[in-house]
Order: sequence, then structure tokens, then C-alpha cells
Amino acid sequence: MTQPAISVRNVSKRFGETLVLKDINLEVPRGQVSCLIGPSGSGKSTLLRCMAFLEEASAGMIEIEGEPLGFSEKDGKRRRQTPGELRKTRSKIGMVFQQFNLWPHMTALGNVSMALRRVRRLSRKEAEERAMAQLVKVGLEARAGHYPSQLSGGQQQRVAIARALALEPTIMLFDEPTSALDPELTGEVLNVMRALASEGMTMVVVTHEIGFAASVGNNVCFLDHGQLLFHDTPETVFAAPRHPRLEQFLDTYLDRGAQMLR
Amino acid sequence: MSFDFAVILAKGPQILAGLGVTILIWIVGTLFGAVLGFLVATARRYGGRLADLALSVPVEVLRGTPFLVQIFLLYFGGPYIGLRLDPIAAGLLGLSVYGAAYYAEIFRAGFQSVPPGHSEAADCVGLTRLQTILHVQLPEMALLVLPPSMNMAVILLKETALLSLITVPEMTMTVQAIGSQQYAFVESIVVLALVYWALVELANFLGRLAERRLSTYSA
Repeated sequence: MTQPAISVRNVSKRFGETLVLKDINLEVPRGQVSCLIGPSGSGKSTLLRCMAFLEEASAGMIEIEGEPLGFSEKDGKRRRQTPGELRKTRSKIGMVFQQFNLWPHMTALGNVSMALRRVRRLSRKEAEERAMAQLVKVGLEARAGHYPSQLSGGQQQRVAIARALALEPTIMLFDEPTSALDPELTGEVLNVMRALASEGMTMVVVTHEIGFAASVGNNVCFLDHGQLLFHDTPETVFAAPRHPRLEQFLDTYLDRGAQMLR
Repeated sequence: MSFDFAVILAKGPQILAGLGVTILIWIVGTLFGAVLGFLVATARRYGGRLADLALSVPVEVLRGTPFLVQIFLLYFGGPYIGLRLDPIAAGLLGLSVYGAAYYAEIFRAGFQSVPPGHSEAADCVGLTRLQTILHVQLPEMALLVLPPSMNMAVILLKETALLSLITVPEMTMTVQAIGSQQYAFVESIVVLALVYWALVELANFLGRLAERRLSTYSA
């Protein structure tokens, strides 16, 4: 059996009194698109953020390609990794945020080339050449000199994807990448993600785009109240008879759509 | 009674020397204060709860007592603990530390103004904490901290006048001395006011220039 890209073992997360993740176990296979869906507050974003160590799990372990993330275990004791160790494990991951989180004082090219220059220590020229190649990939080479404030939401998100790709991660994490976008602009971002998936990139996507999950996803994980209720292929998950909780979730989801059309 | 500025202005070279000391102490003290304040703000944010608590005490004391009291303590009280400084050194140190307390608060607000997601994005592409501070947080907060920083610089310039009371040969001390020698006390004060005001306006002008330069990206 091949090693999973990410393995989540018995992960729980507490914010004060609230338990937002309850004993999650999940293996993210390599080269596939895994979608995390579920109602707001179900813990899906928190789980994804734990996979990038932006949140620290209160208990349990997460491994990235077999390497422990954030904590390492020695003689049964959990020890926090040094910043250097954490950076090394995290370098396999690219993260895309709901709010893009581009650095506003840099151009698109500056955003994408930043880590190549500062982390990889490439010369400015070489870093910018490689950054430009990533911008070409997301179709934004013509916008390289624009600041984030001069770009549409969809363009900003594509720059953010290019920035995450610049360091050639093997796993891409997407935290509701289209939720902050006008419906008209979601398509261009989803297209970039589709292209990435077809290249065989391992992707974990927290999304409300059920259509994307059903058509591009290889696996669909449904979270509710901090629990991973089930995960399977979209064909199985979305085929009748559906899990009652998913049925309820899809009902309200479709209702909302229907109300808009009325 | 008539004003006679000629007797003051005749001492031009002396006044310029005093002005030089004022500007030197002001610029160096403000720069030290800003750098020290930035370090304090950074340590309070990233140094853990203990550092935050420990640093909050001096910051509050320095902001809660008059500058005059602080320099008296430093200059006249220092020798009791073996700290013997000449007036200019005491003035510089006093001004830097006093300014640092305020700059620490300005930069604390600056750190808070940068959305946490922007440093998370930096973490995710592998920047170190220091790189994130220098290349992401500091430039992002620049536009926000510039106006209060310039304002603080102006306040510090005016506070340097108090250093005359610990015999720093700066402008206030020099011009006042000339005024009493020449029996032209009020004239000397008017000259002082005008020179300080001119310096303040110059500083404000430079501040606005910097602001305009920095605001290129925030369309």
C-alpha cells in the first residue's frame, strides 16, 4: 500500500470549551482531489487549517507524507517542532485561503516570487522568471505588474494559487477558495483548480461548491458538528439512498438556490 | 517698551550651534526610540506572555510620568546607582527611552492592523518569523503607523526643550541665555517659538511626502 499524502489520526480540536473536531481519522490519498463538505461550523475549515498547522490540534497527530506535522512524538511524548522543522514539513504544502491573503504592497509578480527569493534564495531575475511561469499557468501573465487592489477577486485568487504553486508543493490545500467571490468569478478559479487536478496534484478542498465536489472530487468527506460522518467517492456519496444528514444538508442547499430563482 | 530682535539675531552662530544640538538629539533620539519601540512591540507580540507582561510595566511607567521627571531622575538620580552621564548623553538616552514607550504602542497597533491571514500566508510559503515581520508586516503597517509616528516625532522635538533644564546646550538653553544677557527675554522666546514651529512644519511636510510615496499601492 502506498503512503497517503496526509494522514490524520485521532485529531481533536478544542476552542475553549467547544470541541470543534472530534477524533477525526482520515487518509488523503496521493494524486486525488478530496473535498470536505458540510454545514457552516461543522469544522471542515478547522480540519484543513490543522493540515497546514495554522491551527494546532489539541490531540492526535497529522502526518504529511509520513512526516509528523507541527509535533513530533518521542517516547510517547508530544513535543512541539522547532520553526525550522515545521517549515520543512510544511514546504510540501501549498495553501489557498478564502480571503486570498495576497500581500497588498506587492505586485502579483512580487507576491508569487517572494518565497522563491527569500526562501529559495534565487536571484531576483530567476525568481521572477519562475513566478512568471506560474502566472502564465493561471492565465494572468498580463497582470503581473498589478497590485492586488487593481485585480478582481477571481484574479486575486488565481494569483494566490500561483503563489502557493511557486514552491512546487506536492499537496495543495484550498479553504473555501470561491466563497468570497461573485458567482460570475467562481468559474475562472474552479477552472484553474480543475486543470491542476488533471495534472495529478493532490488536493484537499473545503468547498460549498457541491457541483465541483461531485464532478472533480475523487473523494467526498462530509463533516457535521466536528465529526467526520462519512467519506467515499462522490458517486457513492451522492447516489440514492443518501445519508439522512447529507440529504438534509442538500435540501437546505438547494432550497437556497431555489429561493434565489423565485 | 519695544522689541529688539537685532540683539538676538546678532548671536546667529551661537543660535545655530544650539539648533544643531537640538536637531542632532531629536533625530538620533527619535530614530533610537522608534527602533527600540519596534523591538519592544515585536517582543510583546511574539515573545510569549511573560515578555509581554514584563515589558508592559516600563511602557506604562514611561507613558504615565512627565518627561521632565524622567530626565531629572536619569540625570540627577543616575549617579546614585553609578550611572554618570554627561548632559547630552543623558538627554539622548532619556528622549530615546521616552519615545520608545510611545513607539511601542504605535507599532503594537500596527501589528494588529495587518490581517492575520497575511502572516499565515507567509508562514505557509516558508518565510521565517523575521522575514515575515520585515517583508510583510512592517511594509503593510507602514502607511498606518506613519502619521502617528510623525506626530510623535514632532512631540519629541518639542520635548527636547526640556533638556535645557539638565544643561544640555541645545537651542532653548542657548537662546534663553542670550536673551538674559541682552535683556531681551521675550524676544528670545519669540525667536525660539518661530524656530521650533518652522522645524515642526518641515517635519510635517516630509511626513506628507513619505505618506504619498507609500500610498501608491492602496488604490
